[in-house]
Amino acid sequence: MTPFVDIAFLILSFFMLVTKFKPPEPVEITTPNSVSTDKLPENDAVLVELASDGRVFFSMRAESNPEAKYQVIKNLNTTRNLGLTEAEMQNYMRVHSVGVPFSQLKGLLSRPVDQHKNIAQPGIPVKDSVSNELYYWVRDAISAFQGKKINYLIKGDNSAKYPDFKRVLEAFKRNEQFKFQLVTSPEDAPVGTPLYQTRNKPK
Amino acid sequence: MASLDTGGGDGGHKKGPGVKKAKKLSTRVDMTPMVDLGFLLITFFIFTTTMSTPAAMQLFMPKDTDKKEEQNKAKESGALTILLGKGDQVYYYEAQMLPDGSNFKSTNFKGIRDVIINKKKSTPEDDLVVVIKPNDEATYKNTVDILDEMTINEIKRFALVDITPQENEPLKATEASNGIK
Repeated sequence: MTPFVDIAFLILSFFMLVTKFKPPEPVEITTPNSVSTDKLPENDAVLVELASDGRVFFSMRAESNPEAKYQVIKNLNTTRNLGLTEAEMQNYMRVHSVGVPFSQLKGLLSRPVDQHKNIAQPGIPVKDSVSNELYYWVRDAISAFQGKKINYLIKGDNSAKYPDFKRVLEAFKRNEQFKFQLVTSPEDAPVGTPLYQTRNKPK
Repeated sequence: MASLDTGGGDGGHKKGPGVKKAKKLSTRVDMTPMVDLGFLLITFFIFTTTMSTPAAMQLFMPKDTDKKEEQNKAKESGALTILLGKGDQVYYYEAQMLPDGSNFKSTNFKGIRDVIINKKKSTPEDDLVVVIKPNDEATYKNTVDILDEMTINEIKRFALVDITPQENEPLKATEASNGIK
């Protein structure tokens, strides 16, 4: 019995160390698979999430300089006349991702973060170039991260439609950004394909 | 194992009358609740861990340009155009689409790999270019899958382009005749 319990606690400590708790996300997204092996950047990254129903969410990964996140909301507040108070802008720092039009942003940020999951978020409008609000989010993220190389991550759901994905790309293209990283689940290269042969070449 | 041994009554040796036996306290503690809790935590952590960390797939898009001379030209013979429709179906044609649509073929994601490999074998490497055109009903998964297929088959030149009505029409017609929903 004792060795058994020993092993059990060993496994327990392993799982406790390995587990990484994800921040709460407003929508569940199942990413497609790809053979890519590159790691996701943790810092200086802009993450756009595309839900299965076409809703678009914007978030920033800037743990090393949280100041950037504040800069973005401050810029948006002045350029888009959002009328946010200082407390609401501070509240944005704790928000993981945002998926509301500018008109509803004040309503969202006036509520505490732990209530956000109860609020229905209709997504950031990207439908046409006039009302493409994602463009402004990206524009201000670029100026907030000034001088740094920003990684643009796009995390789309399997069943999201291609036109929605295209509109997200357009928001970036209008900001003169052309390099993207798509978030995918890794899988192995299929046996017998050229990539498989390159990867398994004897050295 | 799971009981506290209290030494129990007069189990020991009998001493003389009047000699009181010192009560022996056991050092063994009942472990059951702790082990129970341990296993509870194990199951909790097993269920919450996500083992596979996501990977990033690089995608470089070209700058939109209206000027003809800035656009990349592709040799007609080396072009393979892949169209994506609904229901995980793939359509493709080589070079240019013939007016009668005779070189417009349909397949699925399993079959497209052989098509790409055959095309890659039969064309000089510098001429080969794959044009990917998802239509409005293609899903994001299809798009990523076909981009992934480019990595798998080591296609150096490929482009993600919008579909034209001339291509969308035969695609829709094929979908209707094959009964794809």
